[in-house]
Amino acid sequence: MINRRAFLAATSAGAAMLAAPSVLRASGAALKVGTYGGYFQNSFDKFIYPEFTKETGIEIESIGEPTGEAWLVQLGQAARANQAPADVSMMAQVARIKGERAGLWAKLDESKMKNLGVLPEHFVHRYEDGTLYGTGAVSWYVSLVTNTATYPEAPTSWKALWAPEQKDKLGLMSLASNSFLLEITATTFFGGTDILKTDDGVLQVMAKLAELKPNVRLWYRDEGQFQQALETGEIPMGEYYHDVTGLAASQGKPVRSTFPEEGAVLDSGSWVVSKASKMLDQAQVFIDYMAQPAVQAKLSRNVGTAPTVPRNLTDLTDAEFAAVSSEKAPILPLSTLYVDKGDWVSQKWSELITG
Amino acid sequence: MTHLAEPETAVPRWIALWPALMLGLFFLVPFGIMLSVSVAHRVEGGFFEPGFEWASYIRFLTPFFGRVLAVSLGISLAAAAICVVLAFPFTVFLASMSRSVQTRVLVVLLSVLSLSEVIIGFSLSTLLSQTAGIGNLFAAIGLIDAPRAYTPSLFALLTGLCYLGFPFAVLVLYAPVSRLDPEIVEAARVMGASAARAFFGVVVPLQRGALTGAFILVFVFTLGSYLLPQLLGRPGHWTLSVHITDQAIYQANLPFAAAMSVFLMLVALALVGLASLAGRDRGAA
Repeated sequence: MINRRAFLAATSAGAAMLAAPSVLRASGAALKVGTYGGYFQNSFDKFIYPEFTKETGIEIESIGEPTGEAWLVQLGQAARANQAPADVSMMAQVARIKGERAGLWAKLDESKMKNLGVLPEHFVHRYEDGTLYGTGAVSWYVSLVTNTATYPEAPTSWKALWAPEQKDKLGLMSLASNSFLLEITATTFFGGTDILKTDDGVLQVMAKLAELKPNVRLWYRDEGQFQQALETGEIPMGEYYHDVTGLAASQGKPVRSTFPEEGAVLDSGSWVVSKASKMLDQAQVFIDYMAQPAVQAKLSRNVGTAPTVPRNLTDLTDAEFAAVSSEKAPILPLSTLYVDKGDWVSQKWSELITG
Repeated sequence: MTHLAEPETAVPRWIALWPALMLGLFFLVPFGIMLSVSVAHRVEGGFFEPGFEWASYIRFLTPFFGRVLAVSLGISLAAAAICVVLAFPFTVFLASMSRSVQTRVLVVLLSVLSLSEVIIGFSLSTLLSQTAGIGNLFAAIGLIDAPRAYTPSLFALLTGLCYLGFPFAVLVLYAPVSRLDPEIVEAARVMGASAARAFFGVVVPLQRGALTGAFILVFVFTLGSYLLPQLLGRPGHWTLSVHITDQAIYQANLPFAAAMSVFLMLVALALVGLASLAGRDRGAA
């Protein structure tokens, strides 16, 4: 039996421990870094943060973010009260651009960040006046996947999705903004994503995309649902994550991921700093550190993300690189489309594609 | 014994304040928030800001969402009708069995309620699949040439919804059906009615209220289902609840999601009102 005194002693110690992080925060000792809660956060806690702290002396307080745009809303409301629930956050592209429009991200001092030169242009984010506010953090590919028992030969082009023999055999993601099928269709049949810059162009692409509707058995929102169906051959073709498919194949599942000749979709998350953060210097050190090719290679090996820097700068072996990426030019999501015309695109998508 | 009827000695009246308070706190307040969000101003590329405008309701009033609403109501009405048609003879039969059998059957039915929609959806999609489903059995015994999938389809979706709704229908019907005086049926039979005539001419009309109750419960319950239509239905079977989820979670368009919810609720309330009017016992209280 715990007696009353022991209980009181234990709870007061607990209360002191709970209070401790706020003391650290006040003294500015720990940099709060937000990543998606779950797999990403666990991987960063295990493989990245300890060595960062060893190298730079900056402590990290790891924050789990919700996915979707809830975190953007929280950061925005907190910044109005001059609070930063996290100093540095990993943001999806649509949320990053919305934050940019709202001026939510702190401006960064490039002269203090030596490693950014290695990042390709699409992973260096600037305000309209040219000031840097963020960089690519991690990226991953959405590729053309097939069941190897049903398709002994790997398809070579996204055009395979449109072939009549694929009737009722495809699994595709159900939303315009997460499936990137508009970008895929535009690149495959219209020579690139430029056509999506006008409303007429978007409708033209949707009309082409609507032609494959009879082939789609499953418009999925839940990844697990499609992966299981792909592995059993129930739904033998579709779009899915390159890294997860490779992992399943390495475990003996009859699946393969193909980078089509038009390229696979390169989706990504980016580092940004809340303008309410009082630890801008440490945040810059962190973002600069994360851009190093060696750190990107470590992420590829341990987290399964594609490096944000060119391959030749990393020491990844052919097999390691192929597990997460490809040298082929990627299809880049047109995130601004979903920021500027998101409601219109989603309405037309419901009516013409999944309706 | 008359003193028992006096209000002071019964449960004190202020105790009604407690449910009233809870109802206000956990139902009316969130509902009020939903109403205010539904007329808020949607900021494209952002979130929403307080305001008063009908834009979200106007967006809903298009042929596209009219069709979605019709599909939602049609699917839920069909599921409710199937559940009641299956559950009523089942319950009548159950009530005629011995007490211990009844208890066991009810426990099994109640345990179905502990399964989540996700489990039911995934199980059914496996059961109706081409690679591992009943199509293989049909092919093996020669009913069909080759195994085929029965999901996604309207059939799969209704099967899932009925699986969810059936126990509720039985539970609503069980109490009134088990109180039914067997002598009433016997009297009908003695007077020359066939078994079928006694069932449809006497038992069904007597249980009209209970049948309406079961129908309404299953209808309202399945109207809110948003997982099964995604797992077991084709896009044409996606209910309004699926679209509400998409708008609220994926498009961050809470005003439109709230407006659709208000609409769905109003239509559901109207139908429930109509059904209870139709199901009211004429003459008998």
